[in-house]
Amino acid sequence: MTAVRVGSARRVSWVDRFLTGLRIVLIALIAAGLVAFVAQQISVDNPFARWRNPDATGLTGDQLKGLVVTGIAQGSMYGLIALGYSMVYGVLGFINFAHGEVFMLGAMSGFVASNKLSANGYWESNFFGSFVIVVVIAILVSTAAAVIMERVAYRPLRDSPRLIPLITSIGVSFFIQNAVLGLLGPNSHSYPQLPEWLAKSRSILTFEIPGTKVMVMVVAALSMAVLWWVVERTKTGKAMRAVAEDKEIAALMGINVDRTIVLTFAIGGAMAGIGGILWGLSFRSVTHLTGFLPGIKAFTAAVVGGVGNLGGAMAGGVSLGAAESLGPQLILEPLGVSGVSQLRDAVAFTALVVVLLFKPSGLFGERLSEDDRT
Amino acid sequence: MSDTAPPKDLFDQDWRRIVRLGAITGLSLIFVALIGMLVQLDTRLIIRRYLSLGYLTIIWIPVVAGYLVSKEVVLEGVTPNRKGPSDVLAGALTGLVGGAGLSLLVVLIDNFDIRDPLINWSPQLLDQLTFAKGIGFGVVIWLVIGAGLGLFGSLSHVVPPLASRAVNTALFTIVSVSILETAITDLLQGFGLSFVTDVVYAKRGALTLTSALVLGAVVMAITVAASGRGRELRVRYDALDAPRRKTANLGLWAAGVMVLLVLPLFLGKIMNELLANVGLFVLLALGLNIVVGLAGILDLGYVAFFAVGGYTTAVLTSPNSPWISPQLPFVVVIFVVIIAAAFVGLAVGAPVIRMRGDYLAIVTLGFGEIVRLLFLSDWLSPYFGGAQGITNIPPVDLGFAEVKGSDPRSVFYLVLFFCAIAIYVSWRLQSSRLGRAWMAIREDEKVAEAMGINTVTAKLAAFVVGAILASFSGAVFAAKVGSIFPSSFLILVSIIILVVVIVGGMGNIIGVIVGAVVLIGVLGGPKQPGLLQELGTYKLLIYGALLVFMMLKRPEGLIPSARRSHELHQEEFLQDAWLRGEVDHDAEAGEGDAAT
Amino acid sequence: MKPSRRLLMLMSILAAFTLIAAACGNDNSSTSSSSLDSSLGLVTVKSGEDIQIRSLEAITGDVAFLGIPNERATTMAIADYGQIKGHSVSMGTGLDDLCSADGGQAAAQTIVADENVVGVIGTSCSGAATAAAPLVSEAGMVMISGSNTSPALTSDLKGNAGANWVPGYYRTAHNDLFQGKAAATFAYDKLGVRKAAAIHDGDPYTEGLATAFKDAFEKLGGTITTFVAVNKGDTDMVPVLTEVASGSPDLIFFPIFEPEGDFIVQQVGGVAGLEKVTLMAADGLLNDNFLAIPETAGMYFSGPDTRYGDNTNQATGKNANEFLVAYKDAYGEVPSAPFWAHSYDATTLLLEAIKNSSSDDNGTLTISRAGVRSYLYGVKNFSGLIGTLSCDQFGDCGSQKITVIQNTDPTDIAASKANVVFEFAPS
Repeated sequence: MTAVRVGSARRVSWVDRFLTGLRIVLIALIAAGLVAFVAQQISVDNPFARWRNPDATGLTGDQLKGLVVTGIAQGSMYGLIALGYSMVYGVLGFINFAHGEVFMLGAMSGFVASNKLSANGYWESNFFGSFVIVVVIAILVSTAAAVIMERVAYRPLRDSPRLIPLITSIGVSFFIQNAVLGLLGPNSHSYPQLPEWLAKSRSILTFEIPGTKVMVMVVAALSMAVLWWVVERTKTGKAMRAVAEDKEIAALMGINVDRTIVLTFAIGGAMAGIGGILWGLSFRSVTHLTGFLPGIKAFTAAVVGGVGNLGGAMAGGVSLGAAESLGPQLILEPLGVSGVSQLRDAVAFTALVVVLLFKPSGLFGERLSEDDRT
Repeated sequence: MSDTAPPKDLFDQDWRRIVRLGAITGLSLIFVALIGMLVQLDTRLIIRRYLSLGYLTIIWIPVVAGYLVSKEVVLEGVTPNRKGPSDVLAGALTGLVGGAGLSLLVVLIDNFDIRDPLINWSPQLLDQLTFAKGIGFGVVIWLVIGAGLGLFGSLSHVVPPLASRAVNTALFTIVSVSILETAITDLLQGFGLSFVTDVVYAKRGALTLTSALVLGAVVMAITVAASGRGRELRVRYDALDAPRRKTANLGLWAAGVMVLLVLPLFLGKIMNELLANVGLFVLLALGLNIVVGLAGILDLGYVAFFAVGGYTTAVLTSPNSPWISPQLPFVVVIFVVIIAAAFVGLAVGAPVIRMRGDYLAIVTLGFGEIVRLLFLSDWLSPYFGGAQGITNIPPVDLGFAEVKGSDPRSVFYLVLFFCAIAIYVSWRLQSSRLGRAWMAIREDEKVAEAMGINTVTAKLAAFVVGAILASFSGAVFAAKVGSIFPSSFLILVSIIILVVVIVGGMGNIIGVIVGAVVLIGVLGGPKQPGLLQELGTYKLLIYGALLVFMMLKRPEGLIPSARRSHELHQEEFLQDAWLRGEVDHDAEAGEGDAAT
Repeated sequence: MKPSRRLLMLMSILAAFTLIAAACGNDNSSTSSSSLDSSLGLVTVKSGEDIQIRSLEAITGDVAFLGIPNERATTMAIADYGQIKGHSVSMGTGLDDLCSADGGQAAAQTIVADENVVGVIGTSCSGAATAAAPLVSEAGMVMISGSNTSPALTSDLKGNAGANWVPGYYRTAHNDLFQGKAAATFAYDKLGVRKAAAIHDGDPYTEGLATAFKDAFEKLGGTITTFVAVNKGDTDMVPVLTEVASGSPDLIFFPIFEPEGDFIVQQVGGVAGLEKVTLMAADGLLNDNFLAIPETAGMYFSGPDTRYGDNTNQATGKNANEFLVAYKDAYGEVPSAPFWAHSYDATTLLLEAIKNSSSDDNGTLTISRAGVRSYLYGVKNFSGLIGTLSCDQFGDCGSQKITVIQNTDPTDIAASKANVVFEFAPS
């Protein structure tokens, strides 16, 4: 939709009218839900509150804060995965569907490492040391997986029509998922317990935040800062941006395009590895399917934030996390929908549609090379 | 390439290549062993007492490696060496290095216990790798087997091509006949030829060694005897003039239809059930073929339309439907299904139609999930039954016959009817104005629009036609199973249909049908067992690997559509043309779409 | 391998001849085959051949933890039972119901295609039985499940057949309605809870049980504040728990599976308003892995009475402890779900039924399909591993005894499992 349609006046067809109608309806529903929610919070006997949902009870302040915190924490992890999607999309112009599996491999290798450490008692006796070891292992595994994936499956396809590598990545995703299933079995694998000082809740600005979530947010912010520094301030980053802009010209300027692309995958993999560890430590249970839904959600987040835009990926992740955590309670419940938590994923995907309907290039705009902007 | 240089010296080897390929082989072997295929699939026998599916999953690897190591890309202007003993040695060495991988695994399993976390690092695996004859034997035997298999693989470079083809065909036939055991037994029984079954297969399944050897010999003889006949036939077919070719085509089609109509009568329940399931997927794949193959829209939420068809049928026919329960006859319902599917197709299509190809993929995937979640939700359970689904969907009463799940033959005929509609629709659309518009859009949307094609309408039409075909499949599915649950409509279904379309050959009707028959029939669908039902969860692993392999090696599919194949290999075509000095010729000249 | 039809015909003729011969000669069989009810057909097993039964369980995928022990228990029961009138019993390769209607139907199709099969042990999941049972029933075979619990498959306990009831379907597992009632009674009477919430995960089993709990609890006079679902694959449970918290219940009943159950117990403490809530789950989470989670201390679990202890199966003479020892020996682990005992009993019931409705004539066994059914419908006070089994007219054969245990100490799982705080048996 961002296409620059030179010389061809766009036909206004019934589809456009339909879309306009859809936009209005969606906005009206969201607004109605929010109004009813606010009305509920003020007083449950209020006619606005009882309009669609006479049983409405509203939420207490602490509950609302809890939703915000969990949404942001979940969103930061989506953001970390989304960075990989976004970078690869920016440089190569295709969705690496299998990136969610890179994340899962990070979480799985973290499980194997932490479990071995825990069996030796090292996890308990020296948490910090073990944590570093586990993170390093997860990053190494994820990075290696991403790089191998690029070499084996994507490099030969670099000049194919863009749907070809996308379909390939779906195959890669299935392959990795089921390979891990075969290697490690179908049961869910539990991380060892975090030490008490880290896991206990902290009160920050009147928000009661569980320690794991503090850790998630801090680590995500730090990783983001490092990544930003790499991309914007180092020579490598410059090369990446150049390759993203135009591969051929970048090559003419003496940039090793292959190496840069491998680096892009490696950095994306490392971020997914960190995301995987955080996921494992905060939810403690991982299976071979751990990467699938978060992967899809993270890509959704990348699109919401604006593909190719690193800040956008992080922001998109946090917005999506917040939307799926708050949306059901703030919009659907007041509208009289029952069992709203079940519809959380539906809310997330609807959020994607809503964003794309209003801003086809995402909330913060895309940064793509010239020929990807179709 | 008539002129070749003399063969290389025996020890003039590309050592790096051998070690590299050998290492890859070894790692692959270890991987296959550790994901448990060797142990889990050992129960399915290929040749009784001599070969199981488990061992088959590993022995092909060194063979292929042995073949690949001496296969070289022949560049223009470089004279290749004639193949000779050095290539055989290279093959054997590669196999040896690969086999060493398994030997290493034997030693490792014997000395270390990492069963936690690797669940297949087990005594059973060790037993199976050493043939229960001790560690030393296990180590040595894999070196020998590896080298032998590698050598066998490389032989095809040095023996006459006909011999190697005969051997390949024989091996392929033996494995196929063994895999198709259920089908063949069933068919023979239907024709009253059960005694043949007893001759070919062992009493408790799988080929006997004798029958395998005899079969191999016969096939080899036939291959040699019939060598060249196939091409001859092809040449004769090509030489026919247009009207006679048309007659020949018609004859082929008629023969195919006759076989499909008559065959089920001779088949038992198991095979008819399999055919009915395959038919449902053929229908789905034909529908997706219109969306992805013709119009180039990557719809990853295609299962949504399957679900809409199923649920519409369930709500309107079942007495247990929680909402309205009109209990309409199927023949009426099918029209409602068409309307519902078209409506959902438009509703899903309209918002996504202007999106970029890959955004569209993720958004349609989202829609697929949304539809499933809505059917599952407690919110809508007063209408669609939620987690408990809708049960007691009655059989289809056609007046002259009843189609019900316990009679898979009737289901197959019903599916066949809808498949015929789908094939006809696809075939007519392909060469229609709309079909050409789709192909133009697939190749370049901007150009298509500039040419005056209303891309929005054309793409929406693709969505709607695809949706209706999928909903037919859903309707028959609901009537066949007799109950419907949201768990039948996972993302996985969309992906498997996509694999079927791609492996078969995007854009080609025959290709898509072949894809569905081979994949769903042999490997099985998401919840439908195929002939190799022992594969269990490895099915999805194979689907994934197959998808990657096809995309890398043959993106146009098993039976490609000529046009699509040109698109994908445009550069190669241009290069070839350039090499031949035909640079002025349009690469597309002389192209004829196989399916038109 | 299935014998050809021609062979079958030959066999039937042979059987007929032997029958005549037997009738003329001295009658050495307990039941004369002429007295067998042939209304649903007869199965003839020639001398030296095996009696065919099948196992249809969820042996791959999410629910394999349930199906695999069931299948193994069936194998072991066949081995323990031994021969029937000189014929071995063969289970063939274990079939997979994929825990879904479509999977159940496809597998059932392969079962009914073989006319020699007498009965099926399975399925693991009620959804699969919905599609498989009609086929099995139509073929005249019987199906006995060790772990289906949906009321729709048998009856509503008030004498009305369930929507998916078919003749020839039996089960040794309890009916969900009992467990729902047991859990609700425990919460209402024993714990004095008046406001409760229920969470399911969109699986027909968990949804059915949560609904049964809801109905029973409301009937007792309590209030269900929230009835919600999580999705399989969800990890962040704070939103759903917040939804639950907004109704401020005193107890949450969540009869779901791992890993979603893990996330709920781990995250419930952090949600405002749920700090003091009582947690209660069902048999889906009653396994060692879950009980070992520190946050499960104090939690209640409803489920079938698993204190099988010295209960002895009257047909094989094995008791539950012996079974567990043998299981560990054979498979290197303990069963991952408690329904192995139900499957074991189901298998022995089927074998007993075959034994009692067949006649032996010089080594050729003739089994009456109708006889197998009527034997099973008539089972009274059969002592099995799970207790005493009696079948009602809708095929509910289980002992229906439900217990609630409390996890006192996550580090001592055996003690927790034996810590029964409530027993419920239908009157």
